[in-house]
Amino acid sequence: MTTPAIEVNGLRKSYGKKVVLDDVNLAVAAGTVTALLGPNGAGKTTTVHILSTLVRPDGGTARVNGFDVVREPAGVRASIGLTGQFSAVDKLLTGEENLLLMARLRHLGAKRSKIRVSELLEQFDLVEASRKPLATYSGGMQRRLDLAMTLVDAPRVIFLDEPTTGLDPRSRHTMWDIVRGLVADGTTVLLTTQQLDEADELADRIAVLDGGRIVAEGTPAELKRLVPGGHLLLRFADAAALASASTLLAGSTPDDAGLSLNVPSDGGVGALRTVLDRLDAAHLEVDDLSIHTPDLDDVFFALTGKKGKES
Amino acid sequence: MTTATTSYIGTRAGSHALSDAFTMLRRNLLHIVRYPGLSMFTILGPVVILLLTVFVFGGTLGAGLPGVDAAGGRDAYLAYVMPGILLITIAGTVSGVAITVAMDMTEGITARFRTMAISRGAVLAGHVLGNTIQAIIAVALVLGVGLLVGFRPTATPLEWLEVAGIVVLISFALSWVGVGMGMQSKTVETASNLPLILTVLPLLGSGFVPTASMPGWLQVFAQNQPFTPFIETVRGLLLGTPLGWNPVIAIGWSIVIAIGGYIWSMAIYNRKSVR
Repeated sequence: MTTPAIEVNGLRKSYGKKVVLDDVNLAVAAGTVTALLGPNGAGKTTTVHILSTLVRPDGGTARVNGFDVVREPAGVRASIGLTGQFSAVDKLLTGEENLLLMARLRHLGAKRSKIRVSELLEQFDLVEASRKPLATYSGGMQRRLDLAMTLVDAPRVIFLDEPTTGLDPRSRHTMWDIVRGLVADGTTVLLTTQQLDEADELADRIAVLDGGRIVAEGTPAELKRLVPGGHLLLRFADAAALASASTLLAGSTPDDAGLSLNVPSDGGVGALRTVLDRLDAAHLEVDDLSIHTPDLDDVFFALTGKKGKES
Repeated sequence: MTTATTSYIGTRAGSHALSDAFTMLRRNLLHIVRYPGLSMFTILGPVVILLLTVFVFGGTLGAGLPGVDAAGGRDAYLAYVMPGILLITIAGTVSGVAITVAMDMTEGITARFRTMAISRGAVLAGHVLGNTIQAIIAVALVLGVGLLVGFRPTATPLEWLEVAGIVVLISFALSWVGVGMGMQSKTVETASNLPLILTVLPLLGSGFVPTASMPGWLQVFAQNQPFTPFIETVRGLLLGTPLGWNPVIAIGWSIVIAIGGYIWSMAIYNRKSVR
């Protein structure tokens, strides 16, 4: 764990006049998961493509497992596995044949190839479909096969480019479990996602990428602390009650249309009791109450300056 | 999960070039076996041309061949046109490999190959070897149809072996051109059209009529383009017509075309690999 598994310094890339990466710096410790979080067009896929030797950077350096991506691409390729957002499987072959193809290209030898392939089919719940053509596979099955193919030779560093995009919730959770299993085995994972809950679920550290720059980096908890987003949301039966409550509680913001009141708070029990006691004392009836602690959505919107998801 | 302990860090990709090429060949052969449609289609064209030229045009065209009397025209023409048809068959499979390569380049699996420590030429070599095998099978089948309709070669067993050798060599060389065409094409449609040039070349040589019957300017091209020595070599071996320098020229052209196609294909592959 002395040198980081992935080390990126001052990485730059433009296509024509369009700057895609503008001085990206990133370090991922071995055996950890880092999520590269950002909206579409932020430069996530380009970063992953540079790190997996598919794209050459214009400037800066990047090392993966100690190998320079430009000067030692063969070393990088021998250390990594990439599962992209577009499935990298051979659709004309069966699942088993796809895995065997990978095992042969990794030069595992006939006997070990066979053992490894049946292990992976078992682990990824593909045994039943192993001899069927990929045309019969569901999206989730194809994605699992895709990842299994990446893992044939147990690479040290794995890049997952939006691994759950387009998957149903159940397949998504299966995928998450698989990723957690990999990390438990000591694999380093760099994951790109535009889903905040995914980053929150899986990542030890999150780097927020926007417009080709890392705009924030830290643990999920550290990032949440960056943004004061905690509040109570109180709903009242009528406008009169809302108005009284609004004057009673300093610093609150009324929403007349929704008959609701936004009260800044850390969400703790003490603060909540104080607010309710004061409302009780004024004989104001609260219809509905909800507590909001800052989540990564707040962080994301605050940092990227966008309503992230739809962009 | 079991973790594989072997690591290939430091292994040069080149040291596995041959085994990688065979792995890729295996993949392409599996494709052909699973989805034989495209391969069958490449055989259909030459068979139709053979039947058309022999039974529709053969009587008249055969009568025009030097030293043939009008009565034996059709049989004489069948013998004359067969080598050209075999070359058209090989050219036809080139279209197949160009389409396959163009399609393969758009697949995610090809991007995956590029992130793996495998020899750069292996992916392309797999296509070339696969197509060479396909071309040999196609030539054998078309030759079989020829025999059925009355083609009677006079070759000795040794000459048959030489025919097989030259067919393999030409197929291998033209397959590299097909791979290059497939790599060059941005769409599958272009990939299927580009190789048509190769199918026309036997027509502009000694494939269907003797070059001596053509206008002077066309004769210069017809006598010096690679398909003419190819056809003359196969014709000489199968039917005992004079060979002259044709086998040497044919082998020379094959080597030049194979090397040219290899350099061209690899240049595009490397350019497309790293942007």
